[in-house]
Amino acid sequence: MHIVDGALSNPVVIGGAFAAAGGIAVGLKSLDIDRIPTAGVLSASFFVASLIHVPIGPSSVHLILNGLAGLLLGWAAFPALFVGLLLQAVFFGFGGLTVLGVNAFNIAMPAVLAWMIFGRLIGRGSPVQGAIWGGLGGAFAIAATTLFVAVSLALTGDEFLPAAKLVFFAHIPVMVIEAVLTGFAVLLARKVKPELFLKGSSA
Amino acid sequence: MAHVLEPKAKTLAEAGSDAPYGVIGDLDPRLRVVMACIFAITTVALTTIPALIAALATAISLLMMSRLPIRRTLKRMAMMDSFIIFMLVLLPFTMPGEPMFSVFGFPASWQGLWKAIEIGLTANAVILTLMVLVGTMEPVTLGHALHKLRCPEVLVHLLMFTIRYIEVLREEYLRLRGAMKIRGFRPGTNWHTYRSFGYLVGMMLVRAIERSERILGAMKCRGFSGQLILLQEFRMTRRDHRFAVLLGGVCVGLLFLDYL
Repeated sequence: MHIVDGALSNPVVIGGAFAAAGGIAVGLKSLDIDRIPTAGVLSASFFVASLIHVPIGPSSVHLILNGLAGLLLGWAAFPALFVGLLLQAVFFGFGGLTVLGVNAFNIAMPAVLAWMIFGRLIGRGSPVQGAIWGGLGGAFAIAATTLFVAVSLALTGDEFLPAAKLVFFAHIPVMVIEAVLTGFAVLLARKVKPELFLKGSSA
Repeated sequence: MAHVLEPKAKTLAEAGSDAPYGVIGDLDPRLRVVMACIFAITTVALTTIPALIAALATAISLLMMSRLPIRRTLKRMAMMDSFIIFMLVLLPFTMPGEPMFSVFGFPASWQGLWKAIEIGLTANAVILTLMVLVGTMEPVTLGHALHKLRCPEVLVHLLMFTIRYIEVLREEYLRLRGAMKIRGFRPGTNWHTYRSFGYLVGMMLVRAIERSERILGAMKCRGFSGQLILLQEFRMTRRDHRFAVLLGGVCVGLLFLDYL
């Protein structure tokens, strides 16, 4: 999902940087002192969760879980996921520096959208209903992310269109896995700590 | 945070001692962040292959100066390449231009090939420089440097918390995985695996949130007010100025080479 330096045209890179800065600013505003530790710890747990490799047939995929991050953090998912991407680029060499804005937008905006659409539904009804909405949110976030990646590539030039399409179709299994895992994660959280999502939807 | 990759390695190489990274390790962290950004922007602006090769050569010479473990760093760089190789291989076939050869009736164009090489060189030069200049810092130093460079305080807090707790949460994750293993869990492509992993993630998050409540309590008890108290003073020395001028000169040279 990471786009690297040099692949995108300058307008896309600059546009992405501005969009990401805007999203981060909104996210930071929603973080008062009391929520900084929560956001930090969750940001770290998403970083760790992204190292989990889930087997799928002969291969395996690693989790992204941006949908779940959005559902728990709302707008604060923007700076939290940005921090994760920054650390990945600096210490592991994933992604790039100038494209950090585009990458952050592509991953964090779907998280926020998932929260806007599904956030309220998760706390309602039975835990199983909440889990289904959560699963839909997880799948939606991955679908939107691949779509955003495809759009960033397509805006750069037509020659990337086939690659963009490929990215989308290659990620359909990832969407399914993320949906199932996010669903079960929400199910567990609803049962173990029901107040979690009630609080999240009011914040 | 780095045993995420290998045991005991803190950043890209060993950490703990003051400046194990040769010439690079002694430089002012703020300068390293700024220079990495300047170099990245310059490299992305380059469009000709010779200039890009020169940029990659610059990155490699920085790597030599840093005394990072060369093989491991290059291996990590190659890992990123394996992600993009697919797109790069596809490019010659999807970009219109003079045909080079054709595979199963799909013509590959020279223009596409050059474009692919261009992207590959840019991406590697930038990421290598970033890893050498910024990746060799202690993660906490990076936070302080960003704060000194006027990054929003809350964002720096978030960064520091993330760095601090990646380690803690990874241990927790491994403990949970250990508990699963001892009960005979073996991951495969089946519903049971997905459900178990989902519960694993859920449990990690629930525990993380409960932990964060305890952290907040502990911090409030010590008078946390959202202010960053920095433990390190950064000072620009003569060597820093020299390095800045040198690398800045290289950047100008690269742009000139590109213009020729």
